[in-house]
Amino acid sequence: MRPSIIYNVFMRDFRKQRKRMLLTLMAIFWGTLSIMLLLAFGEGLKNQFYASTAGMGEGIVIVWGGQTSIPYKGFGKGRRIHLFEDDIAYLRKTVPAIKQIAGEYIRWGAEINYKDKFLSERINGVFPEYREMRNMIPQMGGRMINYLDIDRKRRVAFLGDKVKERLFGQEEAIGKIIYIRSIPFKVIGIMKHKTQGSSYQGRDEDVIVIPASTFVAIFGDPYLDNIVYQPESPEMAKTVENRVLAMMGTRYKFRADDKSALGFWDVIESQRITRNVLTGIEVFLGIIGALTLLIACVGVANIMYVSIKERTREIGVKMAIGARKSYIVFQFLLEALGITFLGGFFGMSTTYILTESFRKLPIESDIFSIMGKPIVSMDIGLIVVLILGVMGLLSGFFPAMKAASVNPVDALRYE
Amino acid sequence: MIKMTGIKKVYNTGKVAFEALRGLDIEVKSNEYIAIVGPSGSGKSTLMNLMGCLDTPSSGEYLLDDKRVDTLTSNQLAEIRNQQVGFVFQAFNLLPYATAYENVELPLLFAAMRAKERKRRVVELLNRVGLGDKLSNKPTEMSGGEMQRTAIARALANNPKLILADEPTGNLDTKSGGEIIKIFDELHANGHTVIVITHDKNIAEHCQRIVKLKDGMIENGNGFPLSR
Repeated sequence: MRPSIIYNVFMRDFRKQRKRMLLTLMAIFWGTLSIMLLLAFGEGLKNQFYASTAGMGEGIVIVWGGQTSIPYKGFGKGRRIHLFEDDIAYLRKTVPAIKQIAGEYIRWGAEINYKDKFLSERINGVFPEYREMRNMIPQMGGRMINYLDIDRKRRVAFLGDKVKERLFGQEEAIGKIIYIRSIPFKVIGIMKHKTQGSSYQGRDEDVIVIPASTFVAIFGDPYLDNIVYQPESPEMAKTVENRVLAMMGTRYKFRADDKSALGFWDVIESQRITRNVLTGIEVFLGIIGALTLLIACVGVANIMYVSIKERTREIGVKMAIGARKSYIVFQFLLEALGITFLGGFFGMSTTYILTESFRKLPIESDIFSIMGKPIVSMDIGLIVVLILGVMGLLSGFFPAMKAASVNPVDALRYE
Repeated sequence: MIKMTGIKKVYNTGKVAFEALRGLDIEVKSNEYIAIVGPSGSGKSTLMNLMGCLDTPSSGEYLLDDKRVDTLTSNQLAEIRNQQVGFVFQAFNLLPYATAYENVELPLLFAAMRAKERKRRVVELLNRVGLGDKLSNKPTEMSGGEMQRTAIARALANNPKLILADEPTGNLDTKSGGEIIKIFDELHANGHTVIVITHDKNIAEHCQRIVKLKDGMIENGNGFPLSR
């Protein structure tokens, strides 16, 4: 059995079946387009959500002080627990499974001034670890707070990109002096824009960041607003959380299992849950798309059955001339696969063109910051090709077997 | 060439079993020119189908070229049909959307012949039946006689020893029919074994021997040459 035979015979028959094949082709094209677009949107959605939760920070846990709920060692319940700067070093020492740890002071509505602009903005006093932990990456030409700034209590400021726009507009900001509470600060960096879908104090693009030590010197806050840490690995998150609670409990005399003494927000866990939900949504969309494609393939099978019935006589003639059953089967299988893959190819190309042009559109509306832009990944492409292949085979197989089971004598009598 | 003994063919259409051939014996020697005649339903086409390995007998033995063929697999039978037998049908049975060239090429494709050789052979065959100028014509662009000649060229594609024709002139006018008969005469003269089912006295007169079928059996003796 030579492939060239089958190819030749296929090409001859194609001429006759042109219109019918074209119609079936359109059905497959449409089905493929549907499933790919749906999957692409699902993928875009997933990527966008992931990016926006990652905007706040990768694999971090945020801690804040709470109230005790269990009496312990002579202390009653309802006692306020505060976080202090030296807790950072303490935890770093006593919880080895912590990769990085830092803290921040937060002040809402401090008076900011530049030239003739007087604004009320949020100020954070932070440590240099925030650059990585909280994704506060400086734009080219600038820098984030470092330990020299902390040690020397330097009056330097790192601006979120939106607050920079509010103060400076399009003007270059780095190196300029702004006044925080009438105290001059030099701008050392602007934050790179990021999509941030979740936060616990407002978006980072709106915040002015100064060294923690400088913050204390100006505003005099006695205790931290938050401690932020990264566990060694996401799997360790729960263990680390328990240990942090226990260590702080030892230090501040509350029970190690007093869950309300400290507040924890495990961003990792939230991210994981969100990602699962979104994967679920993507799968759901994929199933809808696959069903559409399936309908198209039922169409292919249908057409093939009809076609075979009409070509019964032809099949008989070929058999009389010496065609083997396998030639007949493979011919029709090839037809089914050919239609499926050709239609699928056009569907996939069109999807690709559509999604790529969509992505290049300069629309930056809020919808897209939530929904993301559709993207056709390699995985999606492969999955769709696989589905097409399987469906093509199935929709061709049964009609083809029927064709081959034709008795040449009966077939030749067929009108 | 052909030796059939005790050939029975039973068709089971629904609940009724119909015996088309009832224990028939026949012998055909190489290069014979035979006409098979008989009323409708006598089993002529069934016999021809069996001879050409298009179908297998319900019981009995069939030796084609001294080899048992009634027990072969369908692939082996297909090979025989491709290489050793050439069919010509009353309704021509050409592929309607293929050109004369492509129709004649078909058996060569199944024989996995190389493209160059195929081309040479197809042109040779169509020239032989006088259709050298009609290579790219489709059946719809040909007369009945031309279509049948194309069919004959196709039947000869792999140079089979046995030519089987079922009412080859049934759909043709007298003139075209005459041309076809002439071609069969030539084939016989060239060494082919030619067996024709026909109602046409003209053809029967050109043949060496006439086999009369009735009700699934040979009426005029069993497998021995008879005088007309």
